Amino acid sequence: MAVCIAVIAKENYPLYIRSVPTQNELKFHYTVHTSLDVVEEKISAVGKSLGDQRELYLGLLYPTEDYKVYGYVTNSKVKFVIVVDSSNTSLRDNEIRSMFRKLHNSFTDVMCNPFHNPGDPIQSKAFDGIVSGMMVQTG
Amino acid sequence: MECQEEKPIIYTMENKPIVTCAGDQGLFTSLYTSLAQQLPREPMEWRRTYGRAPKMIHLEANFVQFKEELLPKEGNKALLTFPFLHIYWTDCCDTEVYKSTVKEDMMRWQNSLRTHGSADWVIIVVETNDTKKKNKTNILPRSSIVDKIRSDFCNKQNDRCVVLSDPLKDSSRSQESWNSLLLKLRTLLLMSFTKNLGRFEDDMRTLREKRTQPGWSFCEYFMVQEELAFVFEMLQQFEDALVQYDELDALFTQYVLNFGAGDTANWLGSFCAPVRNWSGLLLRRPIDMEKRDGIQRGEASLLDLRSYLFSRQCTLLIFLLRPWEVTQRALELLHNCVQELRLLEVSVLDGALDCWVFLSCLEVLHRIEGCCDQAQLAANCSHTVGLWAYATDKLKSLGELCGLVSEKGPTSEDLNRTVDLLAGLGDERPETVNSLQSPYKKLKEALSSVEAFERHYLELSHAAMEMYRAIGRLRSARLVGKSLAEFYMRKGDPERAETFLQEALKSYVSEGWRLPVTHTRRQIAECQKLLGRTEDYLQTSALLAGDVNLTTEERKHFCQEILSFAGKSGDKSNKVCLSMSVFAQLTRLQFHPATASVHSGAILQVELTLRCLMPVSVRIQQLAASIHFDVDHGGTHGRSKGAQRQTNPGTVEFNHGSSSAGPPSSSATGPSLELDEIQDRSPSDNSLNSTGVVCKNTHLIMRRHDSNSPPDTPNCVSPPTVAMKEGAQMLKVQDVTLEPGNNSITFTAPSEQPGTYTLRQLCATVGEVQFVLPHIYPSVQYEVYSQEPQLTVEPLSEPLLAGLPQMVKFTLLTGHYAVKKGDALQLSNTDTMPILPSSSCTARISSPTAELVDESTLSIQSSEKVTSITLPPTPPYHTLEFQLEVLCIIPSGSERPANERLTNGEVRHRPRSYSHPDTPMTAIDQRMSIDCPWSIYSTLLALTFYIPFKTKHSLLSAGNRKYIQVCVQNVSDVNFTLAEVKLTEKQHVSLELQSLNTKTQQLLCSKHSVFCLWEVRWKDDLPSCLQCVFSANFSPLNQDISAFKPFHYQFQLERVTTLYSVRAEILPPAGEQHCRSGFLCGLEVCITRLTEPAEGEVAEDSKTDTDGLRTTKLMYEVADSSSNWAVCGKSSGMVSMPMTANATHKVQIEVMPLFAGHLPFPKIKVLKYLPHTAAVAIQPDPDSCVENDSLSLLDKTLDDQADTASIRSRGSVHSVGSGDQQQKGVAMPRLEPFSPGQVFNHTHARQVLVLPSTDDHIMEVNAT
Repeated sequence: MAVCIAVIAKENYPLYIRSVPTQNELKFHYTVHTSLDVVEEKISAVGKSLGDQRELYLGLLYPTEDYKVYGYVTNSKVKFVIVVDSSNTSLRDNEIRSMFRKLHNSFTDVMCNPFHNPGDPIQSKAFDGIVSGMMVQTG
Repeated sequence: MECQEEKPIIYTMENKPIVTCAGDQGLFTSLYTSLAQQLPREPMEWRRTYGRAPKMIHLEANFVQFKEELLPKEGNKALLTFPFLHIYWTDCCDTEVYKSTVKEDMMRWQNSLRTHGSADWVIIVVETNDTKKKNKTNILPRSSIVDKIRSDFCNKQNDRCVVLSDPLKDSSRSQESWNSLLLKLRTLLLMSFTKNLGRFEDDMRTLREKRTQPGWSFCEYFMVQEELAFVFEMLQQFEDALVQYDELDALFTQYVLNFGAGDTANWLGSFCAPVRNWSGLLLRRPIDMEKRDGIQRGEASLLDLRSYLFSRQCTLLIFLLRPWEVTQRALELLHNCVQELRLLEVSVLDGALDCWVFLSCLEVLHRIEGCCDQAQLAANCSHTVGLWAYATDKLKSLGELCGLVSEKGPTSEDLNRTVDLLAGLGDERPETVNSLQSPYKKLKEALSSVEAFERHYLELSHAAMEMYRAIGRLRSARLVGKSLAEFYMRKGDPERAETFLQEALKSYVSEGWRLPVTHTRRQIAECQKLLGRTEDYLQTSALLAGDVNLTTEERKHFCQEILSFAGKSGDKSNKVCLSMSVFAQLTRLQFHPATASVHSGAILQVELTLRCLMPVSVRIQQLAASIHFDVDHGGTHGRSKGAQRQTNPGTVEFNHGSSSAGPPSSSATGPSLELDEIQDRSPSDNSLNSTGVVCKNTHLIMRRHDSNSPPDTPNCVSPPTVAMKEGAQMLKVQDVTLEPGNNSITFTAPSEQPGTYTLRQLCATVGEVQFVLPHIYPSVQYEVYSQEPQLTVEPLSEPLLAGLPQMVKFTLLTGHYAVKKGDALQLSNTDTMPILPSSSCTARISSPTAELVDESTLSIQSSEKVTSITLPPTPPYHTLEFQLEVLCIIPSGSERPANERLTNGEVRHRPRSYSHPDTPMTAIDQRMSIDCPWSIYSTLLALTFYIPFKTKHSLLSAGNRKYIQVCVQNVSDVNFTLAEVKLTEKQHVSLELQSLNTKTQQLLCSKHSVFCLWEVRWKDDLPSCLQCVFSANFSPLNQDISAFKPFHYQFQLERVTTLYSVRAEILPPAGEQHCRSGFLCGLEVCITRLTEPAEGEVAEDSKTDTDGLRTTKLMYEVADSSSNWAVCGKSSGMVSMPMTANATHKVQIEVMPLFAGHLPFPKIKVLKYLPHTAAVAIQPDPDSCVENDSLSLLDKTLDDQADTASIRSRGSVHSVGSGDQQQKGVAMPRLEPFSPGQVFNHTHARQVLVLPSTDDHIMEVNAT
């Protein structure tokens, strides 16, 4: 399961970022921020080749010694980043995909809320709940 | 020679499938060269088992002399040494020889093959012309040998015996036979491959399936599958070879994962041994036999296995020209290994893995560099940069581990650790001993000294950063930069560190990443403190003190840093200016009063709401707001702004982009439009000239959004340099304590000079530190105005009625003038509008906010000329109100006004009466002239009164008797009572006016009239001119007697006396009793002079005849406007009347009634005829107005006459005028009507009976 889940706005500022364990929060912020480099690279590469029919899932952005960073980008260029512990080898690509899909659905729900101002940080409890379900449960 | 090959096979690329050769060695040797050359020339399609795609393959072979030992023994799985094809060569053409020796040899060969289960063989019979010649004697058909061999050995497989004809000749036949031979060989080789490899693979799979059995060893299996890989490699099928290794890789990985899940395999034990060697990958050899042996012996460590596996994969990938996959796989491998060692809980010396990773990274990079040119490398940075960064990272942690990063250098403990680490590297590999830049040398050197470490580390870091930049991964580059900054900080070089940190911070701020911003900023603060850059440090500290991402303790620490600096007693010049936005935010500004507009000298308070961001309460010595003052020439009029945008006027809300390091959403959407309404009013009458909407913040909205410039939010990297401009005027408060959160501070704003005051800057001073808000935006203004005293008078109730006491309200807006004790208003008295004295008159003084301040009694003194009203003392900008009762006297009629002078020398303006379009009442503008104490000029004020009545008079006559009728019409909306109606004559005492009115009081309702009548009686003579005054008292209905006010109406009647009486008689035709229609009758007009001529009359229009008798000329005229009568003959004529009483003149005129019935008499008009001589005499009369009137009247009557066709046809007037036509232009004879009453017509309204004519009547009946 994920150790960090982030939603990043089109303009690359974080809309939502949560990580466990909390003491490493800063490190995850740096990791997610740096991963935007690869996200942008992949988006532009995809844009060149395929045009509009593109895969939202960007796959493994880059591995580090400890974590694997996966990316996903919505059609409105909102990015989702999931960081998974490298030692967690049981996680397959398909599971990551389904996590992103779930995240995207929940994000869509948040956006559908007429009281939510797009561009504001996400504070939805429902979204938080979905994210919690995908995070590593640590005591 | 190939057949002399020794046993150990060198595993190189040169490996080829082994083909054994038996039989005639000499023959083979002669053909070997061509064979070896021609075999790989043509590709063959290799059909594969298990649905694998077929491949085109170039076959090569290693031809070896057949030996029994070459045949694999039972259980030997070696594939590389496996002979795939066995060939028997012979050129025997002699049956005898064949039978005696060759056959036997072949038998032996076949037997040995059969015992080893090898079925891949072929017999080649070479035929040459030479052999034919040689064996001429015992000629047998040459095919017979081949047939024999076929029948002896190839009972079912005829294709196992091939004939090669004249191989050394260059003939087409020879070529053909070569081709068929080669094809055969290739086919057989492939068949052998398919069969043998298939068998091998089956065995291998069986072995793999046994992996769950105890005693199964991965290493053994590894060797088996690798054998297959070798063969594929040998066949140049690198893809297939790679698949073998990948399968092994995956299998091993799975085992490790299973181990992690608790499923241990025995064989894994050897891999769990502590790591003793971390010499890194070795990619320079195709096959690292050393490691391979280790694996074969089951002694390899995990790193050894991984290294070996990777080196093989690397070799194959490079053969496949996929070097970039190597780098990618390398990174994965390195990460994976670290993870696996962790998973397997293998004990590793601290730093050993770092060494291994570092060396491996560099080794991979070297290997790639070795096979690519520089341009390719540069273009593929994105593939290598990960390794560079990883290596950098590892070197850094090694440096930290070995004490190479600290300022002091390594301790002895560090040195021991270094020695241990270096020991694990072992000796340098022979391949790289001569290379100067080998990874091994680099690591050794880097760990040997602080300087060398720094050099290597910087080199790597910069390389990684450069590459990241080159491929546009700026964030990654900055992260490396940050880590470099940390290194510099450890080395005690904050200056260089700051550059990197600032760059990183810029990126985090612009993208709104709060936590990295906070973290980086804290590092910058540390740098700045070390560098002694006080101002920057304080600014950063302020940012950090207000940063909610820090703990309260940290925030307090940074806040304390500022406060302790502020507390230092430095010299005054050394004040530090910081941006206020990080310290406190101005959230709201409120004006009291809310209009933000006061008169000069009034109190205006400004309440600021400051949200203090500091974690503790801060005592501020002074909070000041500088003001820009603008003299407002337009005053309160002119170009006025739409008072306030906000719904709550006087309150300005300042919006800040959420908290200090919030998302830069404002930059995304841009600032919102701030619109303002502009009204341009004309300064004179305040009418609207134009209106519009302006955008106040165009400079912000239209600004180019530069991606490089972060939004102007408080979290900018380095706040703009702020300078406090010393404004002339400041709002100041001393000693304020700002608590965390919202604070309310109230200023008293200066308001002495009228004009516009704009708040520009805000500055909070804490000791030596000043927090400055350089611009207050949106701009905040307040207005101070000055007002002249203003006096207005207005009616208490509309409309003001003349003739009745009316209340008027005086309103004095004092403006800037303070009414002192004794100040008085001087009202010039006028006759037409006296001010009625009243016993108690109270003045109300109210404040600008319309609150009643005071009430006092006014003292009013009236002298002859002036009414003086003493005002109570009133402060400026207050309103003084009082009421006075005034009476506007109704002008009594057509008196000619005389110019009078007022006391102040001004020409008195006569109240001018005029008719107002809105009301039927006649209006009078009554002007008042008031001398005010604040001005040397008199104030002129006008009140409009309305006369409630309209009065008309008329003179009525009955023969000589005279009556005067007065009609009073009430045109107002009020009902009145009219009393004591009276008519008097002023000049003639003898004259008696007898009232014929019965009621003393009469109701005069609104819009109604009252008529009054008097008979004029006289004794001697009736004066020709009467000066009459009608007077009455009136009061609004239902008021007591005292409320009656007089109303006068003066008028003049002239030429009252009846001069002539006119009698007419209609005479029926002779012999008739009555007139009949259509028959002429006579009209006898009798004009009688009634009185002796008066003096004026004589002079005016008489002339003396030659006979001495005074006569006056009259013109009579019979006209019938209703067409009842036709005048036949002369209808008008002139008569000369003697000017004596009872002189009579009779005129006979013929008229004809046109209808039957009671017809009114035709009208008889009598006019004065003035001959031209008289006209000349009259012309100098100054009262031209009267004359013009009469002239026009005269013309009118003439016109009336002209309309009457009958008269015109007679030309009577014409004849009158014709004689005088020559004098036209000098003076025309004129006709003048008499005044009403001068001529009395007895027959006025008389009727005469006219009978219808006796003729038969024509009756027209229309039936429809």
